[in-house]
Amino acid sequence: MAIEEPIEEKEEAVQQTAERYKVRIENVNGWYGSKRAIKDVNLNVKEKTVTAFIGPSGCGKTTLLRCLNRMHEMTPGAHADGRVIVDGVDIYDKSIDPVIIKRRIGMVFQKPNPFPTMSIFDNVSAGLRLNGMNNKTIIREIVEESLRNAALWDEVKNQLDEPGMSLSGGQQQRLCIARALAMQPEVLLMDEPTSSLDPFGSSKIEELVRILKDNVTIIIVTHNMQQAARVSDFTAFMYLGDLIEYGSTNQIFMNPEKELTERYISGKFG
Amino acid sequence: MTLDSNSDSNSNSKPNKNYRHILQETVNKKYRRRLLVNRLVTIFTIVCVIAAIVPLVSILLEVVKNGASAISFEFLTQPQGSMGSGTGGIAPAIQGTIIVVGLASLIAAPIGVLAGIYLSEFAKKGIFVDLVRFFNDVLTGLPSIVIGIVGYTAIVLTTGSFSVIAGALSLSIIMIPIVVRVTEETLKVVPYSLREAGYSLGISKAIITLFIVLPSAKNGILTGIVIAISRIAGETAPLIMTILGTSLFFTGITGPVDALPLRIWRLSSQPYESAHAFGWGSALILILMILALSVGLRLWAQKRSLKAVI
Repeated sequence: MAIEEPIEEKEEAVQQTAERYKVRIENVNGWYGSKRAIKDVNLNVKEKTVTAFIGPSGCGKTTLLRCLNRMHEMTPGAHADGRVIVDGVDIYDKSIDPVIIKRRIGMVFQKPNPFPTMSIFDNVSAGLRLNGMNNKTIIREIVEESLRNAALWDEVKNQLDEPGMSLSGGQQQRLCIARALAMQPEVLLMDEPTSSLDPFGSSKIEELVRILKDNVTIIIVTHNMQQAARVSDFTAFMYLGDLIEYGSTNQIFMNPEKELTERYISGKFG
Repeated sequence: MTLDSNSDSNSNSKPNKNYRHILQETVNKKYRRRLLVNRLVTIFTIVCVIAAIVPLVSILLEVVKNGASAISFEFLTQPQGSMGSGTGGIAPAIQGTIIVVGLASLIAAPIGVLAGIYLSEFAKKGIFVDLVRFFNDVLTGLPSIVIGIVGYTAIVLTTGSFSVIAGALSLSIIMIPIVVRVTEETLKVVPYSLREAGYSLGISKAIITLFIVLPSAKNGILTGIVIAISRIAGETAPLIMTILGTSLFFTGITGPVDALPLRIWRLSSQPYESAHAFGWGSALILILMILALSVGLRLWAQKRSLKAVI
């Protein structure tokens, strides 16, 4: 494809202005059996920014996201190759335990998935407790802080023993964000976190994303272009497994270089 | 069908309207028939429900009618008096059933649940797992007398005596495949998204299985265990071959013991009226014990998971 050449120029431009990259994606391929769902993707993500992956259904944006914490390979028959360098360490290196890597890179899923047998408190503390932490004071502090950071504390502080499933859809999703934040992640991956929520729930999550980026590097997959425009600093447009264009969100939306990007942004397909 | 055959002749002018018309006609024509079929099927299903319930209810009524009069404090607490006298009770059989079934459950439930967990969560696809599943299913369908013979040759003959252990092991062989199957099926229904949520927190698979997946499947697995216990509590054939039956109380796990199904069987083959009444009484007690177990466990499970359900 002739599309690929100018991407590198673009990346160089980004690289010059950036001081430090939190996540560097190098030649990543994602496979389902023998089908290549993402093709040689190269992308650098700056620390404490929000990066959005956009593109039509089936373009590989979720697969790419799931390659960033080695969740992709958990799907039966799926595997990934290439390098994903987080803070200078390749998470695909043979010496790295794929279980450990997920403690540093949090993930929020498309549908809220709180643990149904656990209370609100236990949901947030699950990652801590089940990873062996048993200092009750510290756990309690982290739970409160995480719920505050997820903008849920005021709504649930008097019902921490209620089941997590008793919350509304939007609250459940913020509970899942709190659960991820409790692990003190440096990178937070969000896979269409608002697609199953109503507009009110969605706007709460978006607000949260803008606040959270002060502490965490966020990568968010979204179907909703307005959402990408509202919350992200950088946007990557993907199509049929290729990274078509990557740049600052302003540039992608106001002045895309590729015709394909322009056509997608303006709603001509997708 | 109707749409296809008529569409050619009508499609020249206003096709949409004509299709609608044909469809309407077809629907009207079939409407009465559909109403009739609907009613017939409803009646048929109700008849089937009655056919399923009548034997159950009549058995229960018969057991209560014949057995209730036999039950007394003495009946529940004393060993049997002399033959045909109609004195004493079935206490050793109640005690024996609790001990043998309890021991069998203690052996079978953990093995069955762990094997089910392995099949559902850890086993890789392949011929080994297929074989395990196949033999497990075969074991479920094995006649219990065969398992009794296995218990007899393997344990009774080698140790030289009928024993509680032989009975409990035989019953656990009947119970294990049921528990394995139920556990595997129940775990498979737990949504993958829960396991995924666990993985995303960097929790290891074993911990996820134990503390996230298993609690979500707890009620289903518990129900399966109760069904399996009910099944083995009523088994007679393997017990004849293994615990023999006695009119005395429990003496130790290496000695013979009595059990309710065995007692019912022996009492029913005696010529005395009073023995038959005792048999009915024993049957009623056995049914009540199984009922109490399943209702009790269900209530307990409900109470514990009520918070998570609401």
